[in-house]
Amino acid sequence: MTLSRRQFFKVCAAGAGTTSLALLGFSPDQALAEVRAFKLARATETRNTCPYCSVGCGVLIYTLGDGSKNVRSEVIHVEGDPDHPVNRGTLCPKGAGLKDFIQSEGRLLYPEYRAPNSREWQRISWDEAFTRIAQLMKEDRDANFIATNEAGQTVNRWLTTGMLAASASSNETGYLTHKFARSLGMLAFDNQARV
Amino acid sequence: MTNHWVDIKNADLVLIMGGNAAEAHPCGFKWVTEAKAHRKARLVVVDPRFTRSAAVADYYAPIRAGSDIAFLAGLINYLLSHDRIHHEYVRNYTDFSFLVKTDFAFEDGLYSGYDAETHKYDRSTWGYQLGEDGYVVTDPTLQDPRCVYQLMKAHYARYTPEMVEGICGTPRDAFLKVCEMIAETSAPDRAMTIMYALGWTQHSQGSQIIRTGAMVQLLLGNIGKPGGGMNALRGHSNIQGLTDLGLLSNLLPGYMTLPGEKEQDFTAYLEKRSPKPLRPGQMSYWQNYPKFFVSTMKAWFGDAATADNDWGYHWLPKLDKTHDILQVFEDMNAGRMNGYICQGFNPLASAPCKIKVSGALSKLKYLVVIDPLATETSEFWQNHGEYNAVDPTRIATEVFRLPSTCFAEEDGSLVNSGRWLQWHWKAANPPGEARNDQEIIAGIFLKLRELYRTDGGAFPDPILNLAWRYKQPHSPAPDELAREFSGRALADVTDPKDATKVLVKKGEQLNGFAELRDDGSTACGCWIFAGAWSEKGNLMARRDNSDPYGIGQTLDWAFAWPANRRVLYNRASCDPAGKPYDPSRMLVAWDGLSGRWSGSDIPDFKADSNPADGMGPFIMNPEGVARFFARDMMADGPFPEHYEPLESPLAKNPMHPDNPLARSNPAARVFEGDRENFGKPDRFPYVATTYRLTEHFHYWTKHCRSNAVVQPEQFVEIGEALGAELGIRSGDPVRVRSQRGFIVAVAVVTKRLRSFVLDGQPVHTVGIPIHWGFTGVARNGYLANTLTPFVGDANTQTPEFKSFLVNVEKIQRVV
Repeated sequence: MTLSRRQFFKVCAAGAGTTSLALLGFSPDQALAEVRAFKLARATETRNTCPYCSVGCGVLIYTLGDGSKNVRSEVIHVEGDPDHPVNRGTLCPKGAGLKDFIQSEGRLLYPEYRAPNSREWQRISWDEAFTRIAQLMKEDRDANFIATNEAGQTVNRWLTTGMLAASASSNETGYLTHKFARSLGMLAFDNQARV
Repeated sequence: MTNHWVDIKNADLVLIMGGNAAEAHPCGFKWVTEAKAHRKARLVVVDPRFTRSAAVADYYAPIRAGSDIAFLAGLINYLLSHDRIHHEYVRNYTDFSFLVKTDFAFEDGLYSGYDAETHKYDRSTWGYQLGEDGYVVTDPTLQDPRCVYQLMKAHYARYTPEMVEGICGTPRDAFLKVCEMIAETSAPDRAMTIMYALGWTQHSQGSQIIRTGAMVQLLLGNIGKPGGGMNALRGHSNIQGLTDLGLLSNLLPGYMTLPGEKEQDFTAYLEKRSPKPLRPGQMSYWQNYPKFFVSTMKAWFGDAATADNDWGYHWLPKLDKTHDILQVFEDMNAGRMNGYICQGFNPLASAPCKIKVSGALSKLKYLVVIDPLATETSEFWQNHGEYNAVDPTRIATEVFRLPSTCFAEEDGSLVNSGRWLQWHWKAANPPGEARNDQEIIAGIFLKLRELYRTDGGAFPDPILNLAWRYKQPHSPAPDELAREFSGRALADVTDPKDATKVLVKKGEQLNGFAELRDDGSTACGCWIFAGAWSEKGNLMARRDNSDPYGIGQTLDWAFAWPANRRVLYNRASCDPAGKPYDPSRMLVAWDGLSGRWSGSDIPDFKADSNPADGMGPFIMNPEGVARFFARDMMADGPFPEHYEPLESPLAKNPMHPDNPLARSNPAARVFEGDRENFGKPDRFPYVATTYRLTEHFHYWTKHCRSNAVVQPEQFVEIGEALGAELGIRSGDPVRVRSQRGFIVAVAVVTKRLRSFVLDGQPVHTVGIPIHWGFTGVARNGYLANTLTPFVGDANTQTPEFKSFLVNVEKIQRVV
């Protein structure tokens, strides 16, 4: 019985007990072709945290792509981190669907602008967005900044523009956002902890 | 959480009330299962619905939505009147013996000092009797009628089992069964944990519900213990972190507070927040406030913050009032605002009363939305048929939508409910041109700063002086920011006892907040996070999951604030002599030989304080002990009292049937104009409550195909009795209407929602899962906040999503 490596695996897969073929001496003479290796075997494993509820489950994200400069890595799988002391490898139905969040068709791809009374979005560049937003903010701040209140007390506040920060953003983002908002004198400033 | 997820395995009894962990926090709930399997712990669930948590409970008691304080107050009455409290604990670790001012009073549902015009209290009578030495007068015999114990006993004696049944609808025997099970944990070696979530917070008296739960835990001696504590199961992955970092209208990092406009004097600002001990020998750790504050200012403003300019104090905005999200939408709706930035926040769906939010956003000049996903808020101006019936041509708001990265595409840390700061690593590049939030904030800020630098403008000082020394200013790196909030020495930091001994050299990362100074020699963006990134490296990234004591204390996994401590108030797990109440679950203990506290956790205490010196375990409180009597620290009273939700099926508060002012929380956040606009039971006879499903997370996962497949379509739940009354069967389309609008959804008729009989009338509950909207891949649906009232808790301003009134009708729908 002469079998290529591929045929050998096919035979082995055909039914229970066939793995004993090898024990009977029927081993492939040479590897003519390989079955496809598990994708995970050549994936990069990255440790991350589930972004949904506050249990903070450890997740492992598997990506393909070797990190080379011109290679775009692609997430192929997300699963629970078995080393994590809280979730010990498990994920709930939300966490189990994380790959679909990362790759959702609802992901935004580029900055967009909607003009007053318009029915549609138009694509703009980041620089256009930053420039226009900064202009609008400065105009509003300069016009409405309150340096002193009616009692003559120094209050240095800006109430006509506000901000909601994101309770799913990282501490690093939150910290920077807080610095940013207070330096402008904002008080209309909250995050989801309020609701 | 005072404790943490894994610690739940140390509980003997788990009370889930105001939450549904099995559904909303499944991988944390596994530690309840663990406690049941390995400690023979029992699970008690008290909820308006027979939830997934209830389904695996040892005992379930139903309760009418919005009546939790009455239930818990009845429990307090049971514990006190049956003498089922932890005597040594309450005598030594709480304010039981403290005497309260003689003019403090509670009459017919109102505390002393109420102003019916402003709906606010003057809280000046809500305090202690102080002796000439400045300390609180106490009566260790607990006999004085003005001591906290006696006042509390009288206050809660009114909550008899009959009263509880009449308010909550909970059958008397079920209530007493729960009381009996909970009372068993008053034994020093038994522990109960309370797990709660938005089912407690989203009420006009949410803070007081949580306080009542904490009071129960104090009476039982369950705070500070392994397997005990008050455990808030927070709703988002970093809602804890954003709160810790102070991203709320009135806060600064680390629970410091912004000054009010009257606080023009910097020294007075600091003094007010650095309370002297109210009893002899107490720590009152907030006395270190000046160190925390000056270090934050040094992190924010660098060299520009100096002693001469009060470290930049006058650059901070001063509050006239709290500009929380309800206040902001009120102002926006009144045309008092021009711009708004929504960073990963979808207020059109998550703030109350969608029509008001939509109208408010339409009055803005500009709206900036930063999000990985196409949120409803970003498309509030677009017509989405019945789900968002607006006319874009009538909305003049300019809208910018900026794509940000998601968790998989960035480095950084998140704080889980157990206060663990866990680092995560970037796995992939973002799609398209999406950028991370730091780059987006930097992009806007650098443009603004440039404009102020070149053109000048209103008060540019704080903008131009903001420290922005990042290697790539347009893209501050997560590790740079983490180092900045963790803190570093700007000059050599020396030992206060020995100035020749250098603790931290200039330029080095700090080890913790004990090294902070108020002379400008340390910079630390968030004092409670101090030490998260020390000279040892990024402690948030640690991954040693070993548990040397076998009770789930993995001190080398990530970093917990404060000081890597895993269980808050852990000194209280020991008796006054410093011996653990349960040596088999030891967190800390006094070691007389070494003269130090040590154990499986970082002591929440002065490490070398001999128990004989009598320092109390609640070191943040100037009393040194925990407070049953909240003094003037709550807006709506020092003791929690039951009030009806703003929209209630009951015409009167059964506790105060003759006082209309005490029907609902007298100090709740209600705006004039909304006050007369609440739904009445004649038109809206059913109690509605909103909640999550295990398959979905808020309004995000409807963008995820797998989640949309398993839970594709909007539905509401009604009980069998209501279904029979209205002729509604499962699968029928129904319209659910409140005073503010309506939604249409498929009805699920279920045994899980039972009806109550209150005051001789049946009360039905309608369950409203929240997860649908008009963007995403699930079937479009109505935003659930179309229905919810614009009213907030008196302290936190959190909206009352968990109890309001609706009507339900069966409709014919053309498919």
